Amino acid sequence: MAFFLIKNSIKNMFKWLEKNLPKIVLAPAVGLISWFVYGFVLWTFYISFTNSKILPRYELWGVGNYGKLWASHKWLVAVENLFIFTALFLIFCTVIGIILAIFLDQKIRAEGVLRTIYLYPMALSFIVTGTAWKWILNPTLGIQKMFIDWGFESFTFDWLVDREMAIYTVVIAGVWQSAGFVMALFLAGLRSVEDEIVKAAKIDGAGLFTVYWKILIPMMRPVFFTSFVILVHISIKSYDLIVALTQGGPGISTTMPAMYMTQTAFHKSQVALSATSAIMMFMAVSAVIIPYLYSELRRENAS
Amino acid sequence: MQVKTSLAAYTQLEKKSKLTNMLLRWFLYFVLILFASYFIFPLYVMIVTSLKTMEEIRQGTLLTLPSELNFESWGVAWEGRGYGAGDTFLKPYFWNSIKMVVPAVFFSTFIGAMTGYVLTKWRFKGDSWVFLFLLFGCFIPFQAILLPMARTLGVLGISNSILGLVVVHTVYGIPFTTLFFRNYYVSVPTELVKAARIDGAGFFKIFFKILLPISAPIIVVTVIWQFTQIWNDFLFGSTFSFGEAAPIQVALNNMVLSSTSVKEYNVDMASAIIAGIPTLIVYILAGKYFIRGLTSGAVKG
Repeated sequence: MAFFLIKNSIKNMFKWLEKNLPKIVLAPAVGLISWFVYGFVLWTFYISFTNSKILPRYELWGVGNYGKLWASHKWLVAVENLFIFTALFLIFCTVIGIILAIFLDQKIRAEGVLRTIYLYPMALSFIVTGTAWKWILNPTLGIQKMFIDWGFESFTFDWLVDREMAIYTVVIAGVWQSAGFVMALFLAGLRSVEDEIVKAAKIDGAGLFTVYWKILIPMMRPVFFTSFVILVHISIKSYDLIVALTQGGPGISTTMPAMYMTQTAFHKSQVALSATSAIMMFMAVSAVIIPYLYSELRRENAS
Repeated sequence: MQVKTSLAAYTQLEKKSKLTNMLLRWFLYFVLILFASYFIFPLYVMIVTSLKTMEEIRQGTLLTLPSELNFESWGVAWEGRGYGAGDTFLKPYFWNSIKMVVPAVFFSTFIGAMTGYVLTKWRFKGDSWVFLFLLFGCFIPFQAILLPMARTLGVLGISNSILGLVVVHTVYGIPFTTLFFRNYYVSVPTELVKAARIDGAGFFKIFFKILLPISAPIIVVTVIWQFTQIWNDFLFGSTFSFGEAAPIQVALNNMVLSSTSVKEYNVDMASAIIAGIPTLIVYILAGKYFIRGLTSGAVKG
């Protein structure tokens, strides 16, 4: 009897297993992401309301850290830099990306080679490219010397060590790294447009410029949206490039939020304040990403 | 008839604008090549600088070619000068990165394949919400998980170890790998799976016999994506490891920042090339798949 019961329950167990196998296979991913993404973000959120210094403390302390953060000069510099960087990064990447995509779309010879050249920076790490740009932009032996040796005696280019201008060197390197990506997105978008539309417009007497300006570019609205979201996302998370290029300097002139966060946590041992800055970054990213995911999902459901 | 006349009109139009077309094309190529030189310039400078002696660097400009091919800085970057303490070089960290990348890419790809399979071929109520739940993980700024992750690795006793970095990269790779496989398997006809189920094939048999054999392209895309991401990572590497367990990007950054007396730009550039070569090779060999990953993952962080 007992044997029969055991055998039956094992049989039931197998049946249950078989029925729920897909969900069991799904469980590790869902479990890991719940814990390591959502759980951790909540933990950081909670810590931002405590008075933790080197080690986390769990007694609630209130919203003081938020006041402290927004009163901190360094944080305000970081946020200002983020706005400057994001605005210029967006404009230059988008303009260069669109120009390259449209030009490459004209049945260009050696298109493959050119595309490979435009996009290779994306395969390199920001540390590698930051190291290269730091060498190129250094005032003693870099670009400045190149122009002086070419005969432009009074040429100066010392942005890298100039407090006011250093943030623009980050823009130069950032745009160089990411513009090819925008080109790839737009090229894919342009290639998905039916040839007939362009031909019909040409027959109606529209020039090439009009075809792009009036018809194709307006059709690229979703691509604009996608590249906007990705570029803003990259710029909010910018960290490696600044570490390699300027270390946030000269002084604190090129500090950005991501750098503020790690420095506050690991050099200044202000864990709660650091968590607060991380939450501000999280909120900024969410404000861009959630509408994006929502619209993507709606588009997918509609098709 | 209608079609024919419009075609004729079209070809006439093409002929008329032949001259403007030619000028336009010259302009096109001019701009494209101008930009190409802007993009290639840093790579050129890196390679040329790495082959020069410091003397040549001081005398020439960024663009001047080295007088001879001199791989000495490469040797110094890779193996050091051999004077023991304080002599940092990339070789051990290069292997650290390999030991980190291989398992992390394998596990995250495998988990992503399984998850993508369930989410498309064993659908259940609310599965699209599960997908969205996982997908959001692609976008979080990692700063929001850095502090608890450091604590967790400490508690598990794997902070400052390659194993710790493997865990971190595996976990935070899952949202991306899931996205890739899910979007690929969505386009595989479900009838295939249904027929196999009627024939009595089970969960794993369907995966290994039907889906896996047609998954080669998406596996390549995912592996390249994950490889590039993990190899190039600096944030996790610099936060969760230091000293001997550091991956190559961290070591490169330390090397470039910590050179004591004279800055040796040629060694810096050789080091940067060494740290960039694996992903660059993958990109050149399999650029098509790399671009597919970029445009469908559409995130780089």
